[in-house]
Amino acid sequence: MNKFSIYQYLLILVVLVVGSLYALPNLYPTQPSIQVAYTDSGRSADQSLLNDLESILEESQTDYEDIFLRENKIVIKFKDVDTQLSSKTVLQNALLDKVIIALFLEPATPQWLKDLGANPVKLGLDLSGGVHFLLEVDIETAQQGRLELLLETYRKTFKEERIKFDESSIKDLKLHFKFSDNQSYNKGLKKFRDDSPVINGVQYIITERPSSDVLMLEYSDIALREIRDYAVGQNLITLRNRVNELGVSEPIVQRQGGNRIVVQLPGVQDPTAAKKIIGKTANLEFRMEANSRTSPLRKEEFNFKENEFQTAFLERSVIVAGDRVTNANTGFDESGFAQVNITLDMEGGRAMQKATSGNIGRRLGVLFVEQKTKSELVTNAMGESVIEQTSYIEKNIISLATVQAVLGTSFRITGVGSPAEASELALLLRAGALAAPMKFVEERTVGPSLGKENIELGMKSIVIGFALVVLFMIFYYRVFGIAANISLILNLVLITGIMSLLGASLTLPGMAGIVLTVGMAVDANVLIFSRIREELKEKDPQSAIRDGFSRAFVTIFDANVTTLITALILYIIGTGPVKGFAITLSIGIVTSMFTAIMCTRAMVNLVYGNKNIQELKI
Amino acid sequence: MDIRFKFMKFRKIAGLISITLFLISCVSLGLRGLSLGLDFSGGTLIEVSYESPVSLESIRIKLDNNGYPDSQVVNFGTNLDVLIKVADQSGNSSVGESIFNILSDQEIPIELKRVEFVGPQVGDELRDQGGLGMIVALFMILMYVAFRFQYKFALGAVTALAHDVVIILGIFSVFSWDFDLTVLAALLAVIGYSLNDTIVVSDRIRENFRTERVLEPMDMIDLSLNQMLGRTLVTSFTTLLVLFALFIFGGELIRGFSLALIIGVVIGTYSSIYVVANMLMSLTLTQDDLAIPEPEGADFDGMP
Repeated sequence: MNKFSIYQYLLILVVLVVGSLYALPNLYPTQPSIQVAYTDSGRSADQSLLNDLESILEESQTDYEDIFLRENKIVIKFKDVDTQLSSKTVLQNALLDKVIIALFLEPATPQWLKDLGANPVKLGLDLSGGVHFLLEVDIETAQQGRLELLLETYRKTFKEERIKFDESSIKDLKLHFKFSDNQSYNKGLKKFRDDSPVINGVQYIITERPSSDVLMLEYSDIALREIRDYAVGQNLITLRNRVNELGVSEPIVQRQGGNRIVVQLPGVQDPTAAKKIIGKTANLEFRMEANSRTSPLRKEEFNFKENEFQTAFLERSVIVAGDRVTNANTGFDESGFAQVNITLDMEGGRAMQKATSGNIGRRLGVLFVEQKTKSELVTNAMGESVIEQTSYIEKNIISLATVQAVLGTSFRITGVGSPAEASELALLLRAGALAAPMKFVEERTVGPSLGKENIELGMKSIVIGFALVVLFMIFYYRVFGIAANISLILNLVLITGIMSLLGASLTLPGMAGIVLTVGMAVDANVLIFSRIREELKEKDPQSAIRDGFSRAFVTIFDANVTTLITALILYIIGTGPVKGFAITLSIGIVTSMFTAIMCTRAMVNLVYGNKNIQELKI
Repeated sequence: MDIRFKFMKFRKIAGLISITLFLISCVSLGLRGLSLGLDFSGGTLIEVSYESPVSLESIRIKLDNNGYPDSQVVNFGTNLDVLIKVADQSGNSSVGESIFNILSDQEIPIELKRVEFVGPQVGDELRDQGGLGMIVALFMILMYVAFRFQYKFALGAVTALAHDVVIILGIFSVFSWDFDLTVLAALLAVIGYSLNDTIVVSDRIRENFRTERVLEPMDMIDLSLNQMLGRTLVTSFTTLLVLFALFIFGGELIRGFSLALIIGVVIGTYSSIYVVANMLMSLTLTQDDLAIPEPEGADFDGMP
């Protein structure tokens, strides 16, 4: 009686071994390291950079443990944090703006564990220190921009097709057209309807007012979602590019919900600088090329972005800036060459029309404007040499093309080279301006000392809480208490293993969740043991053990399922700290069911199974 | 039959206490409301650490003079750590920076520990989501318990949960403790915990109603409560052990969280004894209610 088959033992063993394997990387200490990448995101780190770094470090007699190339970056490991910090200064001083240097902690996970995909648990921002931003994309502005374009297009079409209208405007995100007569009204309505269908629904919702010859047009939900998704997607790309400039080792840039973007930068200590880069606007300027009649005072010389040695003169006056660009993508012209299609908003279109109407045959230049920071070694008042950063603006020509016709809201640039070059240009044009403005709606910064403090406090409470429970269980349940305690330890190991496996981040509330699980996990065993005690009054020990476990199971199952329901709801509705708590709680519930029931039973079976026992100490 | 404590003898008094506490909580929530933390109210919070103690009054004056007249300045944990809260300034996300700059001017060196800025719309949303989550959680539990047990148990369980949640909220309201996201998480965890307790007790009541066919419903419930008393106390005790560890050693950031849970565990334990059983008595649970044998037991016999 009370014996498991060999398969049951094997199953338990397999689960425990796998769990421990994935929990293992957390035991290895982390090593202070730095990551070096070229500032120019297009260029990946190579052997020559590695050699440069090596010689700089050797020259300054810095001790480093390892240097190697990994995924476009060079990683250097150090013995301690002090050398890590001092070498960062040394390297930055030597290479200045050529490279981006990020500090990070490299886990010392052995290769065979890495091959299994086992990595240490990621730390949340409240434990690692860093910055968290939540940005909201202003969809209404994006929508307004689209509507302005649409208004312009319809005005043009109606004029061309002689559909007369008296008034046209945008009110409350709706197009209003008041037609001159009923005939025009009907023609206009037909035009709207023809344009409306899209593959999976309608593009526009049309409000008809035949009595006053007024038509109103607004975007349907499908179209709105498309606009939103485009704007958020576009901003996401732009943000990723900007975040890369910050040189953070593991940044997170993610969409959250409909129109929000989360940016998490672990290890970044200066939120102001981070905000400046994230919120900055790279920009575009459309300018005419200067010709022989342009006075020297009204022209400027710029380098090409692609070729540093090629320059051109452009007029000083800006026709349109990048914030007027609503879209840019690649296509092919009639003869199959790559081209870039650009769409401007209404005002931009008007300005472009005005500027190009007398200038067909001249060339139109597109300038890419970037805000950059320059680092310089200077000697301060105390005689120390420090890096001083100054920001400056750099403008480069990304395209110079002949104007073939009068341009309006949408036009194209041909002769842009290969399709790859065309899409690069389109990307630059889009990156110039965000698809829709964004604002910061949430910001959390955790200093490094607080992060360290939080880890210590969290660990301390886990250890103390755990020790108290363990002592109590031994005191109260004797042999069975020891079995329960072993299960509790296995439970902690499994939680850690699953957290590592899922790649979930551990936060301070997450640690609280683990502590709570420790307290609640013993409940299952308490239920079983008190049931066995009860059964002992009427039955022999072996039957009492058997019935105690099987009867308590139903109760434990119901109780845990309901708790799991609340934990899952917490996970779904929660953000940040609540989510962290919900993750560890959910994992804890599942693992504690396994350890408290299966593992404890296995141990009890190993001790008492198939034996003739007269008395149970419980 | 071993009924050591006649719990149900005091059911009227317990009911009265519960109703009184519930009403006081409702009144306080209605009149005073909750002192909402930054997560829900929106605004900016900044925590700095001074190298030597500094008077809060001087910080207040300094902020007053620099355009932040209504800021809250308190010590956080130690007298070196200072927490400053500024109510929402129409979603301006750079308040934290400028406050840090103002404070950096003082003679004593400071270190920035954290800055939190929550825009007004985010706060509103979190509040709505939190409330919604609570209602969804209660409803799902109602369904599950009704499905697994019987609707009278479900009503009892949900009443107990509502009782716990409202009273904890009431205590936070009466003492004007900060109610933030972590406290909300604690509240939901209390729902989970209290439910755990409730189910364990209900499960035993159900079992006894099916097997012991002699006793009065009141004795039956008393018997079940007595049988489960040991377990209820042990579990509450171990959970409280870890919660106190968390409360004492876990640091200032999760103090509200552990406090809410400690109160929750105490009230949850009480409610699983008195509220649920009381509801079952009032709804006159009979053996007929549980007569139809559910597939319980049979399903799980093969399991360890």
